[in-house]
Amino acid sequence: MADTAVVEKKQGLTFGKKERKLLTDPLSENNPITVQVLGICSALAVTTGMKNALVMAIAVVFVCIFANVITSSIRKMIPKSVRMIVQLIIIATLVTVVELVLKAYAFESYKQLSVFIGLIITNCIVMGRLEAFAMANRPYESALDGLGNGIGYGIILLIVAFVREFFGKGEIFGAKILGATPDYWLNTSESSIMGWYQPNNLMVLFPSAMFVIAVIIWAHRAWKPQLVDVS
Amino acid sequence: MHNTSQTLRFVLIMTSIVAMLLALLQNGLKSKHDYNEALYSKKATLAAVANQLDIDFSSISSEQVTEIFEKQIKQSVINDEGVVIPKEDLEKDGVKNGKAENLDLVKQDKEPIDERLLPVYEFTKSDGNKYYIVYTRGKGLWDAIWGNIALESDLNTIAGVSFDHKAETPGLGAEIKDNKAWVKQFIGKKLYEPNGEFVGLEVRKGGAKDPMHDVDAISGATITGDGVEEMINTDIVAYDAYFDKLRK
Repeated sequence: MADTAVVEKKQGLTFGKKERKLLTDPLSENNPITVQVLGICSALAVTTGMKNALVMAIAVVFVCIFANVITSSIRKMIPKSVRMIVQLIIIATLVTVVELVLKAYAFESYKQLSVFIGLIITNCIVMGRLEAFAMANRPYESALDGLGNGIGYGIILLIVAFVREFFGKGEIFGAKILGATPDYWLNTSESSIMGWYQPNNLMVLFPSAMFVIAVIIWAHRAWKPQLVDVS
Repeated sequence: MHNTSQTLRFVLIMTSIVAMLLALLQNGLKSKHDYNEALYSKKATLAAVANQLDIDFSSISSEQVTEIFEKQIKQSVINDEGVVIPKEDLEKDGVKNGKAENLDLVKQDKEPIDERLLPVYEFTKSDGNKYYIVYTRGKGLWDAIWGNIALESDLNTIAGVSFDHKAETPGLGAEIKDNKAWVKQFIGKKLYEPNGEFVGLEVRKGGAKDPMHDVDAISGATITGDGVEEMINTDIVAYDAYFDKLRK
C-alpha cells in the first residue's frame, strides 16, 4: 500500500509538491475507504441518504483536521505509554463538540444522525491518521493530511449514499426523482418520471452498502492497477 | 523519557482541560438546546394538524410554530378521570409554568394509567373548528415510538397524526415518521363505533380491509406497525373520560 511518507522537517508554511500530495493522495491513491479499507462501519450506517452522508462527511473533515492539528502540536509532550488513550480523548472531545454544536445549530440533522455522530469516535480513519501521521509531523502538514483524508472519506460516502438513495428510494437529497409519486402507497397509477420503477428496498438496508463499496473498490483498482495488492 | 508520575500528571492536566472545555460548551449552548428540543416537540404536535393550518407546514418557520402555539392552541393537562389539573398543582409537581408542553412525557408514560398526567392541545382553526391533539407513547422494534393524534371535534374521527421514534430502522420502521403517504392513511379513520364503543385502529398486513378502522401496514416493519397500533389503542383509552365530558 502506498502510505503517505513522513514529511521531512522544513521551516515555513509552503505549499509545494509534497503538500499537494498530502492533500490529493487520500482522494484516490491512498483513499481511506477504498485503499486503506478503514471507516467501513460508518460508511454502512450513514449512507442511506445523501443529506446524512454530507453532514457526516463535514463532521469527519472537521474532526480529522482538528484532531490531527491538536495531536501534532502536543506530540512531543504525549507520553508514549498512553498515547493511544490521549488520541482517543482528543477525538472524543472533538466529536462531543460537533454533537453539541449540531444540536444547537442544526437540530434536524442532529436528530437524524445522533447515534452516528458519536460513532466518529470509533472511526478508524481519524485514529489511524493520528497514529500514522500526526504523531510524527508538524501541525501544518497534519492539517493538510486531515483535510485530505476527511474529503477522501466524504467523497466515497457521498457516492455510496447516492447509489443507495437513488435506487433504494428513488430520491436525491430527499427529492423524488425515480419511481411513483409519494402517494405510491395509496395511488400506484399516478407516477412521476420512470413511474414504473419500484424502489429497491435492499439498497436501503445495510448489506447493500457492502456491495456498493466492494464495487467501488473493484472499479478503483481496475482503473489504477498499481493499487492491487499482489501478495 | 517519561516516568509514571509525569505520565499521570499529563493525563490529569489533559482530562481536566477537556472536561472544563466541554462543560463550558455544554452550559453555553444549553439554552439553545432546550429551545430546539421544545420547538421540535411543538412542531411534532402541530404536524398532527398540518392540513388544518393556514400556512404550508413543510416550510414552517420556528417563529410561526411559536406563534401558532400562542394564538391558536390552548393546552391543558388532564388525568384519566378527565379532570383538568390546575396550573398551581402542576407547578408544585415540577412542571414548568404548569404547561402541557413542559410535561415529562417519558416519565408520565411509566406511571400506571390512573396516576398519569396527560397533555391535551386544543387547536382552533381559523374557521373556528376545534381539533384535539392527544399524545401516545409505546414501543417499536428497537426503542420507544410516540405520536400525536389529532381528533376532530366529534372526538372520534382522526384529523391527522404525526409519529416519531427513537431508533427504528431507516427505510423500514422509520417510515412511520418519514413516509407521508402512510401517515396520510390515518386521516378520516374512526376510533369508536357509532354506538360509542371503543374499537381503535388496526395496522393490517396485506392491505386495509375495514375503511373505518384499518390502516395498511408497512412491509418489513411488522413489529413497528404493531407497536403503533398497540400504542394508539391503549393510550387513547386514558383520554376516554375527558372525551366523555367534552361531548356533554
